[in-house]
Amino acid sequence: MTEHRSQLHGVMGEFETPEQLLAAAKKARDAGYKHVDAYTPFPIEGLAQAIGFRWTAVPLITLIGGVGGGLTGFGLQYWCSAITYPLNIAGRPLNSWPAFIPVTFELTVLGASLFAVIGMLALNKLPQPYHPVFNVERFTQASTDRFFLVIEARDPKFNLAESSRFLQEHSARHVTEVKDEE
Amino acid sequence: MSVTQPPVNSPDIRRLDPVLEPGHTYASVTDKIAAVVLTRPLGIGWLAGFTLAFTIVMVLFISIAWLIIKGVGVWGINIPIGWGFAIVNFVWWIGIGHAGTLISAILFLLNQKWRTSINRFAEAMTLFAVACAGLFPLIHTGRPWMAYYMFPYPSTMGIWPQFRSPLIWDVFAVSTYGTVSLVFWFIGLLPDLATLRDRAKERYQQVIYGVLSLGWRNSARHWHRYQSAYLLLAGLATPLVLSVHTVVSFDFAVAIVPGWHTTIFPPYFVAGAIYSGFAMVLTLAIPLRKAYGLEDFITMRHLDNCAKVMLATGLIVAYGYFIEFFMAFYSGNKFDVFLAEQRLHGPYSHFYFALILCNILTPQLLWFEKVRRNVLALFLMSLVINTGMWLERFVIVVISLTRDFMPSAWGRYSPTFWDYSTFVGTLGLFVMLFYLFVRGLPAIAISEMRELVAHEAHSKKDRQ
Repeated sequence: MTEHRSQLHGVMGEFETPEQLLAAAKKARDAGYKHVDAYTPFPIEGLAQAIGFRWTAVPLITLIGGVGGGLTGFGLQYWCSAITYPLNIAGRPLNSWPAFIPVTFELTVLGASLFAVIGMLALNKLPQPYHPVFNVERFTQASTDRFFLVIEARDPKFNLAESSRFLQEHSARHVTEVKDEE
Repeated sequence: MSVTQPPVNSPDIRRLDPVLEPGHTYASVTDKIAAVVLTRPLGIGWLAGFTLAFTIVMVLFISIAWLIIKGVGVWGINIPIGWGFAIVNFVWWIGIGHAGTLISAILFLLNQKWRTSINRFAEAMTLFAVACAGLFPLIHTGRPWMAYYMFPYPSTMGIWPQFRSPLIWDVFAVSTYGTVSLVFWFIGLLPDLATLRDRAKERYQQVIYGVLSLGWRNSARHWHRYQSAYLLLAGLATPLVLSVHTVVSFDFAVAIVPGWHTTIFPPYFVAGAIYSGFAMVLTLAIPLRKAYGLEDFITMRHLDNCAKVMLATGLIVAYGYFIEFFMAFYSGNKFDVFLAEQRLHGPYSHFYFALILCNILTPQLLWFEKVRRNVLALFLMSLVINTGMWLERFVIVVISLTRDFMPSAWGRYSPTFWDYSTFVGTLGLFVMLFYLFVRGLPAIAISEMRELVAHEAHSKKDRQ
């Protein structure tokens, strides 16, 4: 039933320090590689930019969530108190907006926070149980003290021998092929 | 290195303890924190403590069951004192939670490096405290299975909640706070769950942490979005945490009852919340660092800073007490004046004096560096402050309700066995959840500690 075929995902270089990785990532970009990813045990300043990733939609998604949450919050209270269930208490205004501020605020924060988290996970395509990089045995060190750079096979400039040499030239300790088994 | 720090050789800097003891590498911090969860065998201390806490949770369950069987009459509440222990405990617990969010969000925005090793368990403390807090209003309704009436949902009865009531604001504030704290905590945990997955030797550990980590693979693109989301969450949690205790204080301040109807309540409740929360952080941090040998990560610097935050917020609380008295007499409102006198001479005056002793007088010892550097003294101080904050909520709730406007509406309140057993039961629940947390999840943020190691290495290089 399942057909096992193995194709190349890319080539992975392992670095000892964040500085070496950052330098290699910048060089890879200068060399014209477009599909490069880096894996590090903690966020490194400037690394995302070095692999050509600048803009993220997370703040925009958060803003949408916040505005949506706030409008929902106020709309809900207005609709309940002034339209569907109006209570005339000594002629006081039905749309008593100052009393609606706390709930509006809470739902603004709730909407923005949930959108920020879900948006971040969705943009990162998580949850994603399988990824080719997990096939490399040494990759578990990416969550301890090793820094990895992967030049992906879909890159037009990718060439197994040449890309491996490129990584070695830029002080990568171990260079391994990353297989994608489907 | 920030520009505001004093030069390396100045006497000021030598007196500061390090945030992280020197000599640690990325691997050593990872090993040490992950080992507590993955490889360390269950010790007799953990088992004994957990068993005790678990037993107390059973007391909680029995108390709740009895409450549901018999009704809220098993507590000492009756008109005019309808609130009693349930609301005292609710406000106390929710206040304790505030320090966790303060550490994880506000200190993050202020770029305080010392937050790193204490934020994870402080956030866990927040969640567990909010769980204990939420229980009280729920069971105080007497029919907790009807609690969903408080949420707006289209019902066949065609009625909707009264959105002008602070009690409904409270429902939204506390449930938002619980939800946002949970997602903030989970997002912070994500890289650490991946670390545990990568290091796990046992199959069941690999499966559990593998599923929980959602396939996090430390990609630079992911980190970039992650940091953006984390910063935004910190920015959102900051006004949220201030709003929650403000809304809780509205439960009192919006009412016209003497002693409650004051504008000082929101800021002074928030300060009191942070005060008791930091006390609880110390109550938990001191045994934690001792039991698991984490003194390198939770250093004297952390304990000292927590003590200083307690001193500062304690003084704000003291100012709040003073202003309450001042405004009562300055306004000349006879009910407010009478209530102030009742606090000093009424039937519950011993609670008030105990509160002043615990919350204002004893913490003045924190001015002395010797006290702030004495771990045992700090631990005892944290217990005293938490007692004091509990007494504060008792004084606010009970004295005002027993001394209303009309003498015919006066009353007395004395808690019953079930009041005490429910309160002690939630303490057991809190401790039990913390025991489980310490062995199931990394109590210190591992990836942030690695970042701290990198940061320390950089600042060392800068100095040379």
